Amino acid sequence: MKKNEVPQDESKLEKANIKDMVYAVDENGDYVTELSTGWNPKTIALDNAIKQIEERITAAKERVLNNESSPLEYYMEVNKMDLPILASYVGIWKWRVKRHFKPSVFKKLNQKTLEKYADVFDISIEDLQQFKA
Amino acid sequence: MEIDFAHKQSAHCENGVVSNLMRHNGFEVSEPMVFGIGSGLLFSYLPFIKVDHAPVFTYRVLPGLIFNRFAKRVGIKVKREKFKNTKVAKERLDENLRNNNPVGLQVGVYNLIYFPDEYRFHFNAHNMVVYGKKEGNYLISDPVMENVTTLTEKQLEKVRFAKGAFAPKGHIYYPISFPEKLDMEKAIVKGIKQTCRDMTAPVPLVGVKAMKWVASNIRKWPKKLGAKRTNHYLGQIVRMQEEIGTGGGGFRYIYAAFLQEAGKLLNNKELLELSKQMTEIGDQWRDFALDASRIYKNRSAENDGYNLIANQLDAIAKREELFFKTLKKAV
Repeated sequence: MKKNEVPQDESKLEKANIKDMVYAVDENGDYVTELSTGWNPKTIALDNAIKQIEERITAAKERVLNNESSPLEYYMEVNKMDLPILASYVGIWKWRVKRHFKPSVFKKLNQKTLEKYADVFDISIEDLQQFKA
Repeated sequence: MEIDFAHKQSAHCENGVVSNLMRHNGFEVSEPMVFGIGSGLLFSYLPFIKVDHAPVFTYRVLPGLIFNRFAKRVGIKVKREKFKNTKVAKERLDENLRNNNPVGLQVGVYNLIYFPDEYRFHFNAHNMVVYGKKEGNYLISDPVMENVTTLTEKQLEKVRFAKGAFAPKGHIYYPISFPEKLDMEKAIVKGIKQTCRDMTAPVPLVGVKAMKWVASNIRKWPKKLGAKRTNHYLGQIVRMQEEIGTGGGGFRYIYAAFLQEAGKLLNNKELLELSKQMTEIGDQWRDFALDASRIYKNRSAENDGYNLIANQLDAIAKREELFFKTLKKAV
């Protein structure tokens, strides 16, 4: 890539005032660094990934409202986590976390366990129990 | 307290931390040099490990390896510490700062408040330097940022003790002893040899074999997984290749810069020529990313699109195979 061909497309980095550093060749053929505001192909890829997460959140929300899953699954998705990540944050085995996704099991969780989840999701226990997303 | 520390932006965080810590200790080593000597370049495909609901594709070696190899090859010693207790971790960091020693930190990205939301994923192998503490705030030199920044004690603790894969466990590291002069020539040759070996390894998980494997999978995915998941996987490839820290083209441009610098230092004309070829390979990777992104943007149903980018990937694999065989003989 030539220095004057380094893409300067719009991206989500701009609002955080971050520029991406890339390596490119100057007119003498020497390697230099140049800052880039963004490149469309990677913006598309990132948008795609974010859309996937949003779809997962919506699907989880529906499952909770239909009483097919507990709010834990919804908040896991909101926090961009998956089962192994959530399990390691709360310090509970994966199979137990998965069990807590069952509405009937979730209802019987003790305060201590609920607090662990609420802490990780950075919400109150009440918000976790009274699901209104 | 504030340590007099020169912040310099880099493309990749680990190279940047190493390069900046070396400069602080009186050794000027560029980012590409750190990357090349540390044999940072790779391609790897791990279909049985899923991150963000897609297989792992990586264009670089495991976190921490670059610094370890670099240190060993130029003859410096690195001290690394991990902690179970957050309090001890904080005390040890503060102690280092009081002793005027800036330290490298491994952190998770998800709670890094200065990153835009869209970039905050549960990725735990980010690196930064802490170079002081003022009014309860830590002074942060994050190599991918143009300028230095700060984090509160609580914010820093959160990223130091992020959980999940590669959990940092408060990991701090810094060089503790240096030789009188860095033996760059030998280190460069060692670094190059290892990269050539890794890239042409006769196993399907790494190097050009892994690229060919991905290419053949791209041909099968649309039928096997459907367009949606295929596109998600392709998006993952493009992100790993071009996201912040790669310097563009899946680290290939940084590597080309390394070969150029190494060629001048070793007075080796062949390396200069190979640097040009690596630039062209980087351009091919960029074309691949561009065409892949077009497929999932247009959601074009034509299966041919997938075959075309698979062909591109096969061509890159072929070219890199020849490249690394030539490079091996050039040093």
